[in-house]
Amino acid sequence: MELEKFIENFAGQFEDVEVGNIHADVEYKTLDTWDSLTAMSVQVMIEDEYKVDITSQDFKSTVTVLDLFELIKSKAF
Amino acid sequence: MPKASIKAIAYYLPEEKLTNEDLNQSFPEWSADKISNKTGIFVRKISSKAEFSSDMATKAAEKLFAEFDIDRNKIDFIILCTQSPDYFLPTTACILQHKLRIPTSAGALDFNLGCSGYVYGLSLAKGLIYANIASNVLLITAETYSKFLNEKDKSNRTLFGDAAAATLITSDVGICEIGEFVLGTDGSGAENLIVKNGGMKHLELNGVDIEIDGEFVRNDNNLYMDGGEIFKFTARAVPDLVFDILAKTNNTINDIDLFVFHQANEFMLNFIRKKIKIPEEKFYIFLKSCGNTVSSTIPIALSEAIIEGRIESGNQVLLSGFGVGYSWGSTILKF
Repeated sequence: MELEKFIENFAGQFEDVEVGNIHADVEYKTLDTWDSLTAMSVQVMIEDEYKVDITSQDFKSTVTVLDLFELIKSKAF
Repeated sequence: MPKASIKAIAYYLPEEKLTNEDLNQSFPEWSADKISNKTGIFVRKISSKAEFSSDMATKAAEKLFAEFDIDRNKIDFIILCTQSPDYFLPTTACILQHKLRIPTSAGALDFNLGCSGYVYGLSLAKGLIYANIASNVLLITAETYSKFLNEKDKSNRTLFGDAAAATLITSDVGICEIGEFVLGTDGSGAENLIVKNGGMKHLELNGVDIEIDGEFVRNDNNLYMDGGEIFKFTARAVPDLVFDILAKTNNTINDIDLFVFHQANEFMLNFIRKKIKIPEEKFYIFLKSCGNTVSSTIPIALSEAIIEGRIESGNQVLLSGFGVGYSWGSTILKF
């Protein structure tokens, strides 16, 4: 599982204006366009691409995109 | 071989408006711009206190008869799709026969489906025509979901609007032929989109507002939707539905000229569109002036796409409806 590909998939769930702002260290919940709808599409993307179920608690416990990536990795293997 | 075609479509929206600015006044954290950016909706139309499904259905049908010069005496079947009927009984379609002065020799029935209802209605109408039971079927979709909504329910009040649409399906020549169908059902999702009280199982309207951290969650007297679960269901079921109807008809995405889906909200529609990889220019969205009108979203969008000139003779248009039940269905119209 590659970080670069994950960031691309993650950014794909955001509005176009936001995509350039998304990198491994960004605190994703502070982004202007992050909201419950974006959270839902990120959830579905992670299930589709990585076969991992994530919950709203997982969003609460992670800060950066890298945190989320590491969490999925730990759940996937 | 018999043929079943759509002859004409008309729709009716109630007068009363609920704008994003109105919502912003009730829910200050909900900015008007944010609502329109996410949902694609600027205004919903709301039935008045004394306006019910039968009234809106009558208006939509009268509009259809007038605009397309349709002889009501030739209608031999009325199908009404509604989840907000006037009464438990009689059937609202029977009331419509009388209100619309359709001959008493016509058959009439209601069926209870939500966002998949229009596609199911087309399948029933086609069946009646192919079985030589009827030749001119009046299919009406009418919902007053606003009457199910709790005033504090920010999410659902943002999405849903009231409307009715009338479609005439004929064995004669029409604007498009109704093709094959793929349908599906999964009742395991019943609790995720539900009006629990008021039916026989929970007849008493004894619901109370349930709030978490000061935020309204549900009241069993009102419509409840678990947005996250519905989103997940849609994200899974709709791509399969589209691929199934394409496979069944030996088509690919390239063979379809326009996709008209149930207009749930723009965010969800775009998510599904990207997932299925449908080009944006082939994906019709019409939400701005009416919101999610349940079973009427497809006929309203189809009618607007025709008016806008988005559909030409020879085109294939794929319809997909999905939602409460869960229930889903898809068909291809040949113009």
